[in-house]
Amino acid sequence: MIPAPFDYKRAGSAAEAISLIGQYGDEAKFLAGGHSLLPMMKLRLAQPAVLIDIARITDLSYIRESGDHIAIGALTRHHDVENSPVLKQHVPLLAHAASHVGDPQVRHRGTIGGSIAHADTASDLPATTLALGATYVVQGPNGTREIAAKDFYKSYFESDLAPDEMLTEIRVPKMNGAGWSFQKFNRRAQDWAIVGVAAWRRGNESGVGLVNMGPTPILASAVSSAIAGGASVADAAALATAESSPSSDLNASAEYREHLAKVLVRRALEQSSN
Amino acid sequence: MGGSILGERVLRKEDPKFLTSGGKYVDDLLDEPLLQGALHVTYARSTVAHGRINSIDTSEAAGMPGVVAIFTAADLGLQPVPSSFNPAAARTLLASDKVRYVGEPIAAIISETREQGEDAAEMVFADYDVLPAYTDMMAAMAPDATLIYEACGSNIVFDTTALGIPANTGDDFFKDCEVVVRGEFMNQRVAPCPLEVRGSAVAWADGRLHQWISTQHAQGAHAPVAATNGVDPSQVRILTPDVGGGFGAKIGAYPEELLLGVLSKRVGKPLRWRESRSESMVALGHGRAQFQRVVIGGSRDGKVTHYQLHAFQDSGAFVDMGTILAPFMTRPMSSGVYAIPNIECHTTSVVTNTTPTVAYRGAGRPEATAAIERAMDLFAYEIGKDAAEVRRMNLIPKFMEPHTTVVGQTYDVGDYEESLNRALAAADYAGWRRKQAERRASGNVKQIGIGVSVYVEITGGVGNGEQAKIEILDDGSALVYTGTSPHGQGHATSWAMLASEKTGIPIDRIDLVWGDTDLTPVGSGTMGSRSLQQGGNAVYSVAGTLVEKAKAVAARLLEANEADIVLDTDRAVFHVAGTPAVTKTWADLAVAEKANGGLSHDEYIGVPGATFPFGSHVAVVEVDTETGKVTHIAHTACDDAGRVLNPMLLEGQIHGGVAQGAAQALLEEVAYDGDGNPITSNLADYAFISAAELPSVTVVHMETPTPVNLIGAKGIGESGTIGSTPALQSAVVDAVSHLGVRNIEMPCTPQRVWAAIAAAKK
Amino acid sequence: MKIQMTVNGVPRENDVEPRTLLVQYIREQLGLTGTNIGCDTSSCGACTVHVNGESVKSCTMLAAQADGTSVTTIEGLAKGDQMHPMQEAFMQNHGLQCGYCTPGMVMAAISLLEENPNPTEEDVRIGLEGNLCRCTGYHNIVQSVLAAAKK
Repeated sequence: MIPAPFDYKRAGSAAEAISLIGQYGDEAKFLAGGHSLLPMMKLRLAQPAVLIDIARITDLSYIRESGDHIAIGALTRHHDVENSPVLKQHVPLLAHAASHVGDPQVRHRGTIGGSIAHADTASDLPATTLALGATYVVQGPNGTREIAAKDFYKSYFESDLAPDEMLTEIRVPKMNGAGWSFQKFNRRAQDWAIVGVAAWRRGNESGVGLVNMGPTPILASAVSSAIAGGASVADAAALATAESSPSSDLNASAEYREHLAKVLVRRALEQSSN
Repeated sequence: MGGSILGERVLRKEDPKFLTSGGKYVDDLLDEPLLQGALHVTYARSTVAHGRINSIDTSEAAGMPGVVAIFTAADLGLQPVPSSFNPAAARTLLASDKVRYVGEPIAAIISETREQGEDAAEMVFADYDVLPAYTDMMAAMAPDATLIYEACGSNIVFDTTALGIPANTGDDFFKDCEVVVRGEFMNQRVAPCPLEVRGSAVAWADGRLHQWISTQHAQGAHAPVAATNGVDPSQVRILTPDVGGGFGAKIGAYPEELLLGVLSKRVGKPLRWRESRSESMVALGHGRAQFQRVVIGGSRDGKVTHYQLHAFQDSGAFVDMGTILAPFMTRPMSSGVYAIPNIECHTTSVVTNTTPTVAYRGAGRPEATAAIERAMDLFAYEIGKDAAEVRRMNLIPKFMEPHTTVVGQTYDVGDYEESLNRALAAADYAGWRRKQAERRASGNVKQIGIGVSVYVEITGGVGNGEQAKIEILDDGSALVYTGTSPHGQGHATSWAMLASEKTGIPIDRIDLVWGDTDLTPVGSGTMGSRSLQQGGNAVYSVAGTLVEKAKAVAARLLEANEADIVLDTDRAVFHVAGTPAVTKTWADLAVAEKANGGLSHDEYIGVPGATFPFGSHVAVVEVDTETGKVTHIAHTACDDAGRVLNPMLLEGQIHGGVAQGAAQALLEEVAYDGDGNPITSNLADYAFISAAELPSVTVVHMETPTPVNLIGAKGIGESGTIGSTPALQSAVVDAVSHLGVRNIEMPCTPQRVWAAIAAAKK
Repeated sequence: MKIQMTVNGVPRENDVEPRTLLVQYIREQLGLTGTNIGCDTSSCGACTVHVNGESVKSCTMLAAQADGTSVTTIEGLAKGDQMHPMQEAFMQNHGLQCGYCTPGMVMAAISLLEENPNPTEEDVRIGLEGNLCRCTGYHNIVQSVLAAAKK
């Protein structure tokens, strides 16, 4: 199967990409690694009239230390996130989570920015960056703005990103030695998570992100509040589903997902607490 | 003297090609002269599961770029074709009056490129009166159900009572049993998923139709293709390129293939067709889909005396091969490896609004094995005995003369207990039981489960022999022609080994010809694990006869008595006994026989019957009792396929079989929504098993030769699947049996395991 | 649109439709049919090739995206009659049956060893998660990759 016909434009810079998307409007889509978009286009679930290839904007592929956070260019590939010494040192949870995205071939092409902008609740990196308290930098016709990850996700495949804006950078706070855990529960290694949990803990501070537990990736704030308040891991994990609203599908009922979320959050916190 | 090549680990002759330039599959025939200028065919398919067709509007699609023509059943004047298994179930190759499943072809689009065809297929609009859709056999059998084939008068399209086999008698059957246990098991619908989907190409040249098909059985497609095209079979040539797997689903010719010649004639151009994976998941036949009601009874000390099985076979929307699997493959094997004195087996085949079912690796025997093995487990639980021990108590004792079961099936040879002993020993069954006990005692979240299955199956049940021809070329090399048809099994190597053993010609000088109905007009293809025991046997026999023919020629050339001629197979030369220095080579003989039509032998070699491979599998799983996740951590297979030709190939068949069995037990299931829409129609949604979900497999060899053929071989293609599936399912249940769980339906998904544990706790 | 790339060391330049997938370009325009198509959803890996030395699924990449790159397919591995060590390992260990997944599997396996030259069995199994095979049960594929790693 192949996509329906479209026009192909290539942007050499973020400014050019934004100008092109302004020109074509709703008809157009950005193409980064293409590993979320192209499969949907082949199945004809998406039929954009114009693709704006942004993958060649090489100055958006980087991983840099920047004070209290690490700045990651939106076009950095999963493979590079997974293998980055800087991330392994400062944000090991993210490097590890990236190693669970798709399969090796997917990670050679797919990008962190593409994954976050696609805003798929079943993806690993949106929930992971959410748990880490990341900030996303987006660029539009009127300049750049920063969006906290917790304010970014709106619904299934919907985010705060305006149609004429482009995600350019992901800023992830350094973990400063926090314990962490990534629990991806799926049937086959290559599958999306049925439920996933990204968690870190440093003393009474913690962050817990849930994959596929509702229309958006979810920050399990009730869990972190309970930890902050001195609750045991088991008691805190019991609150894992306080903010979630999972759906039922082929792989799992909502009830089963809630059960899994509680078990996996408990395990993740246990691992993070050691 | 060199030894025999038979039984050696001979590397595959065919591999360098596959590894360096790739196979030549049907979609790779870019250079084929007859196919130059070929157009592409795309089938528009039904989007509803059951409906009466009011109209099919192709006008918009016809105007799309590159579209050359579009045909519906009406355009082609297609007439209903009755099913071989129930003539009242007749249908046209493109749906005409009704559609019966999502994915049924309704129109054929001819376009310049494949992409244009895909674009146009989106623009074919059919108007339907939607009818109730049945994806469940019980609903389809309800008295007030809408009929899928009105002329059948029922959605039950085949029943063993119609063969004069009485229906099961009910509870009275078990009145003398101390222990009676019941179970209902769904042997779920799965997708065969050969990695190469279906494809075909056609060209008319000099009044003949040349058709390439990715098939397991070119000769089987020959007559139906000729009939569909309304031509004499002599006007049709079916060719088989490399085939990227079949697993039973590529045995029969499908409507999409049968129609290509007709379409090609209409547009006056050669045509190519290749389905997409998304199409393949709904239009390539599915496997299994059998619901089973079992009752097992016996004494409290462990002797099984009574067994009743009612198998409901889901035919899918057509009355195709799937229909007859339960009555003709499951039922005869219902006794399994056990000496059960009283058995009743009734089968009922039902049409539903789902993809038609066909043969899939094991085809009816995995279902028979699953039913009896699950029943054995239930019986063992009920009497509180070890499942392996209960099996041992009930096995048919070793027999080297034919043994006939209560259901009337005669097995050739068997030593089931030995296979069980070997498998248990190699698997360290006792050791795993100890580990299991430790985990149970410590209340570990991750529990160990051990599953044992003992099976016997029927192979070579299709065909009663095979054609083989060996031709010696002028350079002394040989061509072997076979009626079987490789798609991964390694025939090019195996058949060369068999011919080489007799002729002495090295295997790299023996090439294989198959799947071309001009060159190999007679053949039953590769299915039902028949190839080696019938096709290989024929090659071996024909090679022997050819050597005798060659000796006569050598005698003439050497001016000696035929009786004095010997073949030195080490050097592949003929000489007079005692005079090894004066020789004639195969090339000498071939050249000498040129005037007499060449040196070759062509013969159909019959076999007296099927063979009955058997074996035992031990599966070990770890089950996360909090999440329900199952990890397959060890697997031991002792499969006895009789005399082994090439252990490397045998092991490969077992490995692959085990993976497909594990896939059914743990992961794979074709699913539909309530309206009959498939929801597993691509490989992202359908849980096709990968390397990451499997352990390495320990293969234990055991060889009990069959007397049925010259080489003593039984089939091995399907054994691994038949043995592994119930072992895996049993292992999962075993892991949580101490919590009170007695059954978990396949596939044993995490949610099902979790739910079973939760239910047992209540 | 016009694209150019080096395929198996040979510079190529062709006109393609924007929607042309890399695998279509390789198979249909260049006639390199060793690379196969097994699914529609980037699941099976039969179409795996190397782009700039790394494994990618050529069914999930536009030919246009590969413009300017260096591509290697199964046909580009052997040096004359000398098979690549991974091809040789697959042959020696019976790592293939029907052959359809094989080109993609070999390309994925080579990339795997590039990134992890001394993998465990578990590493190999996880590393090949994106390549499906229906024939071998993966047992001998895993053995092939482990054998190639030892060379």
